Amino acid sequence: MASSFADDKKNVHLSISQVVKDFDGFKAVNDVSLDIYQGEIFALLGASGCGKSTLLRMLAGFEKPTSGDIILDGQSMLDVPPYERPVNMMFQSYALFPHMTVEQNIAFGLKHDNLSRPAIANKVEEVLNLVRMTEYAKRKPHQLSGGQQQRVALARSLAKEPKLLLLDEPMGALDKKLRTQMQLEIVDILEAVEVTCVMVTHDQEEAMTMASRVGIMDQGVIRQVGEPVDVYEHPNSRMTAEFIGSVNIFEGTLSKDESDHAELICDDLTVAIHASHGVVGSLGMPMAYAVRPEKIQIKRRAPDQPCNWAKGTIKDIAYLGSHSIYHVELANEKIVLVSMANSDRWSEVDDGPRLSWEDEVYVYWADDSGVMLNS
Amino acid sequence: MNIAQVFTQTLKQSGKKLVVLLPFSWLLVFFLIPFLIVLQISFSESRIAQPPFTDLTSFVDDVYTISLNLFNYIDLYEYDLYLSGYISSVKIAFTATTLCLLIGYPIAYAIAKLPPHTRNLALMLVILPSWTSFLIRIYAWIGILKQNGLINNALMGLGVIEQPLEILHTPIAVYIGIVYAYLPFMVLPIYTNLVKHDSSLLEAAADLGARPIGSFFKITLPLSVSGIVAGSMLVFIPSVGEFVIPELLGGPDTLMIGKLLWSEFFNARNWPGASAVAVVMLLLLILPITIFQRYQAKDLEEQANEH
Repeated sequence: MASSFADDKKNVHLSISQVVKDFDGFKAVNDVSLDIYQGEIFALLGASGCGKSTLLRMLAGFEKPTSGDIILDGQSMLDVPPYERPVNMMFQSYALFPHMTVEQNIAFGLKHDNLSRPAIANKVEEVLNLVRMTEYAKRKPHQLSGGQQQRVALARSLAKEPKLLLLDEPMGALDKKLRTQMQLEIVDILEAVEVTCVMVTHDQEEAMTMASRVGIMDQGVIRQVGEPVDVYEHPNSRMTAEFIGSVNIFEGTLSKDESDHAELICDDLTVAIHASHGVVGSLGMPMAYAVRPEKIQIKRRAPDQPCNWAKGTIKDIAYLGSHSIYHVELANEKIVLVSMANSDRWSEVDDGPRLSWEDEVYVYWADDSGVMLNS
Repeated sequence: MNIAQVFTQTLKQSGKKLVVLLPFSWLLVFFLIPFLIVLQISFSESRIAQPPFTDLTSFVDDVYTISLNLFNYIDLYEYDLYLSGYISSVKIAFTATTLCLLIGYPIAYAIAKLPPHTRNLALMLVILPSWTSFLIRIYAWIGILKQNGLINNALMGLGVIEQPLEILHTPIAVYIGIVYAYLPFMVLPIYTNLVKHDSSLLEAAADLGARPIGSFFKITLPLSVSGIVAGSMLVFIPSVGEFVIPELLGGPDTLMIGKLLWSEFFNARNWPGASAVAVVMLLLLILPITIFQRYQAKDLEEQANEH
């Protein structure tokens, strides 16, 4: 589901251009430009206070941009009040009307569309069916569980067939187990109705599960946009690398820079770091190298490669069920995290017994395992 | 379980009972017992003596008799004055309550929309007048409303009117007095309700196509019904029996049951008759009190559901 959208960039549905939101001198959103394609699920991912919610609220019309424009389906939304925008939002708290039944909640928006009574009833029936809540139509919100309330909220925001659906922290109010189930269910529903969707979340797992593309936001700025795989495998800055997943960062100076490879001299390592991609920079400039724990191998014998390895001692092993994280301490006390699937852990590592605390080990990785980052 | 635990356990249990006992004994001593006394007097006969009513029970010649005198109640029914007194009281109280609601709701709404730190100041301003004696404040209105009072002097000084307006000793003065005195009792419960409203509900309504006015009538107003009921009852119930305001501000034609009760008690010195008036008024108020309590209970239940 993820791959197709980035390839055919022909159908820009929502265009956010140079949007700034200034709250008394504090730029909550600072010059954000973003194109959202027809039918995709786009996730704005960032820590709390990064401006993602403000951006979403500007899309809904609850906040007005200080400058910039928001163009939905060829039409500027700047002067369109929220009640006239073809945009609907599923609120983090669901914001279901407590004095109305499930049915009345869903019909609320339809009544403002001047539809006939039977047409409204049909539509309510249809969306209730979509979220499989038909038998709860007569209930009041407080008689429903969290997951059921979420389905009703989703049904209500889909009932008006919006051109753009906004999801604000969609799983924020659910417990972890229900979350995983609802993530996939919501994606199925959204894909069934082919709605274009922008969601906001601080949970990278949620963003990567649900979205076709993610935008990493930090301090009011979008740092990187791409498919989940791209953002994870090829972060463009230390911020994105550290925000998504865990990562080992080695700092050093650039010692070689060719079009197809680059090398870094790093104080933490006895050998150079060799990356199989070039960088834009000058020799001697400070540079960081990021490599994910699961891309690093661990063994007792010195690896047969000139670069990209280090010697250390196992200080800690965190058992996480499916895999374990080894905390390997290098000579200068730098800790390198290495992740190993537990199916591998139980087997013997290069003819010796299983790795254990205080073992002397070598950690090493391939040329294409990590990325050079200059910011 | 050791002795200390047993001790704290019993203390806790009896503590719970004590907590409930306190308001109940308060009601018993200051409400139920006085009411029973009034009820008893209402069934007695008037006499010129001390106390000015007969005993219900007598013990003569080894015969114990209880005599209930129902004439006080029959009198209430027979004399039109009382019936129209009740009706006019309820009417005045109802109109005053409606006026309080129409004035108080926007005030409560505006305060609830204020930024949190200015809210408390605004609430203070609503409550502040109550720090002065009720009686003095009503007296003050005489100075404002009378022929050569503040309003008339100001209007005549500005040349708006040539003859002073006749406000004092009219029903209008009574309404002004009741609305003025009881407005805080309308504002506070409505404010307490409105301030708890989740602002995302209004955003959701706007998001779904409702204009601000529509959102108010479809979301805010229905959700504040319990506040409206509470405020209305807090104004209506004491207004029905109000005596000071119609006495000081009203004219001879302002008929209210509180005034009738007063003159029956102090002028006619007919304690049994006055007691009967009081008992009937209480019965009259049982209906609104029950409505009030039903909504209070519903409100509590909803709050319990939310948590």
